[in-house]
Amino acid sequence: MEITQPKVVSQSIPKQRGLSLYRQQQIWGWIFLSPWIIGLVCFTILPMFASFVFSFLNFKLAEPNNIYFNDFANYKYLAQDPLLGPALMSTFKFALIALPLSIIIPIGLAALLNSKYLIGRPIFRTLFYMPYIVPVVSSAYIWGGVLNTDSGWLNRILFELGLGKPNWLFDVNLIYPALNIIGVWGVGNAMLIMLAAMQGVPTELYEAARVDGANGLTIFRRITFPMISPVVFYNLILSVIGIFRYFEIPFILKEGTGDPGNATLFYNIHLYKNAFAQQNMGYGSTLAWLMFVMAMGITLFLFATARYWVYYGSGEKA
Amino acid sequence: MATHVQHRSTIESYINTSPFYGLQLKKLAMYSTVTLFACIILMGFLMPFAYAVVTASKSEPQIKSGTVLPYTPQTFRYEGKDLPLYEVPLPDGTTQVLAGLNLKRGDNAKNEFIDPDNPSEVIIWEGNWRKLKAVEVLEIHLLENFDTVWNNRQTNFPVMLRNTFAIAVLGMIGTLLSCISVAYAFARFPIPRKRALFLILVSTIILPSQVTLVPTFGFFATIGWTGTWLPLIVPHFFANAYNVFLLRQYFLTLPKELDEAAMIDGAGPFRILVSVIIPQSLPVIVSVAIFHLVFAWNDYFMPLIYLLGKEDLLPISVGIQRFNFVYDMKPHLLQSSMLIGLIVPVLIFLFAQRFFMRGVVITGVEK
Repeated sequence: MEITQPKVVSQSIPKQRGLSLYRQQQIWGWIFLSPWIIGLVCFTILPMFASFVFSFLNFKLAEPNNIYFNDFANYKYLAQDPLLGPALMSTFKFALIALPLSIIIPIGLAALLNSKYLIGRPIFRTLFYMPYIVPVVSSAYIWGGVLNTDSGWLNRILFELGLGKPNWLFDVNLIYPALNIIGVWGVGNAMLIMLAAMQGVPTELYEAARVDGANGLTIFRRITFPMISPVVFYNLILSVIGIFRYFEIPFILKEGTGDPGNATLFYNIHLYKNAFAQQNMGYGSTLAWLMFVMAMGITLFLFATARYWVYYGSGEKA
Repeated sequence: MATHVQHRSTIESYINTSPFYGLQLKKLAMYSTVTLFACIILMGFLMPFAYAVVTASKSEPQIKSGTVLPYTPQTFRYEGKDLPLYEVPLPDGTTQVLAGLNLKRGDNAKNEFIDPDNPSEVIIWEGNWRKLKAVEVLEIHLLENFDTVWNNRQTNFPVMLRNTFAIAVLGMIGTLLSCISVAYAFARFPIPRKRALFLILVSTIILPSQVTLVPTFGFFATIGWTGTWLPLIVPHFFANAYNVFLLRQYFLTLPKELDEAAMIDGAGPFRILVSVIIPQSLPVIVSVAIFHLVFAWNDYFMPLIYLLGKEDLLPISVGIQRFNFVYDMKPHLLQSSMLIGLIVPVLIFLFAQRFFMRGVVITGVEK
C-alpha cells in the first residue's frame, strides 16, 4: 500500500539530496492531507471543544458582553425545560416506527429488485431510487398535498375503499405514520446499498442451500441476512443518527410550530429553536451535547450487540 | 409389439415434456406475480409525482371544482349567464348535451334545460340533475402556471436558481480539489498512523453535526460571515468523509506502475496526480461532482440558518418556502413551484444515474 523506498528510484532522482525519498514522500503526504487535517481541527475538533465549553456558559449571540460561567445553569435547565420532555417523546415515538421501517423497507425492496423473476429490473431500480433525489422542500410540500384531508390523493383512494378520510397531518396519532410514509418515499439510497450487498453474496451459497432443500425464507434467514448484516448494521447506525437529526420535513410542513400539540416538536427542531432562532449558544450547546451523548450511547450499544448478529467472516473488508 | 413401443414412447414423451411444461407455467406465473407486485409498489412511489404534475396543471377554477384531473366543466352562455352543460338521457333513449337553465333539488324534480343549438325551447327533464354527467374538457395549465410562478412579484425565481447554481458549483470546486487531494494522500503516501487517521475520517460520518454546528455558527456570526454564501461554500474546501472514501477506494485500484513510471520520468507527486491519477479516475470524479451538486441543490438546513433575512441571496430550497408563505392557498402554483425545485436534481440523476449509483454502492457497501 505504501510506497516504500524503491532503491532504483532514489538513485535516479538526485535532486533534494538532504531528504530521503521516503521522507520526501511523507512530507508530500502531509501536504495533500492538509485540507482534511485543517478541516478536522477547525470544523470538528475545535467546535466540539467549544460547544462543550459553551454548555457551561451564559452565552447569547445578542449579548456578546454578557458571557459568563453560569454554575451549570444550562444543565439544571434541562430538567426544567418544559419542551425538552415533549421533544424527546416525539423523537422516541417517531423512532419506534421509523427505525424498524428504515431497515425492513430497504431490505424488502432490495429483495424484490434482486429477484430473478422481476422483469425490467434497472427501470424499477431507477424509479424506486428517484424520490431520494427530490429536494426535501419539494418532498414536504408535495406530500403535504397528497396527504391533504379532503383533496389529497391518498384520502381519495382510502375514501373510495370505504376507509374514510383520516386527518393525517393534524391528528396527534396519525402524524407519525404520516411522517413515516414521507420518510419511506426517500428510502432509495438505503435500498440501493442493500441491493448491492445482496448482489455481492456468492451464488454458490444459494446453490448449496438449494441442493440441501432449503426454502426461500430459510435461505434469507441463514444466508442472505448474515451475508448482508454488515451493511444492515451500517444503515442502522446511520438511521439512529438520522432520527436524532430529523428536522426538515416536520419543520417545513408545520413551519416549526410543533403542531399538533408538540407532536412534531422533534429534538432537533427544539435544538434549532434554542441555538439558531434564539441564538442561545449556551443552552443550544447543552442540547447539542445531550444529543451527541445519546446518539453515541445508542451507537456504542449497537456496536456491543453487533457480535451477536453481524457477520464479518466472509473475508470482505470490514 | 410395435403398438407397445409406440405406447411407451408416448408415455416417455409425456413424462419428458410435462414437467418442463409445468415448470414453465410456474415460471411464467412467478414472473407475472413478482412484476405485478413491483408495479403496484411503483405506483405508490410515483403517485406523489403524478399528484404534483396533475395539480400543477390545474387552473384556479379547476382546483375549486375539486375534480381529480384538470377537467373544466363546459358552459353555454345564454342571456348573460354561463349555464352548465350536461349529458341528459332523453325519454326516446338518446342522450343529448343540454344546458341547465333552472335546476331543482330532489330526485323527481322537474328541471328546465335548453338545447344550445335551439335555445328558445325549454326542455323539461325529471330526475336528480346531480346524477347527470357534466360535460368536461381536459385543459392543461401547466405552462401557464410555470409562467405565473417564474414571473411572480414576491420571490424572484431566476435569481434563486442562479444563487443555487452558484453555491452548488463553488462548493463543488472546493469538494473536488480537497477530496481528490486528501484521497490521494490516503491512497499513495506513507503517512505515519495512516490507518488511525483513516478510521477517524470514516467515523466523522456518524458524528451528529449538531454538536459542531452551534459554535461554528457562533464563529461565522462573530466574523460576520452570516448573511453571506461563505459558510455554505468555504467548509467544502476542507474535504468530507464520504467523497474522500469514494475517491480513495478508486485510487487504490489504479496500478502503481504508472505512478512509478512517471516518477522515473521525473514527475513530482503533484504532476503524477494531475497527469496520471486524475485522467484515470474521471468516472469517480464525475460521481463526486454530481453528489455535491445534488447535495448542495437540496441542502435546506445550512441556508436556513446562515441566510436568514437575506432574501436576495437565498437558494431555491429555502426561497421556495418564502414563495409558499405567499401562495399557500393556491395548490396549483405551489405544486408548480415544487416541480421547478425538483427538476434539476432529478434530471441530473436520470442522465448520470450510472455514476451516481456506483458511487452510492461503493461508499455504502465497502465500509
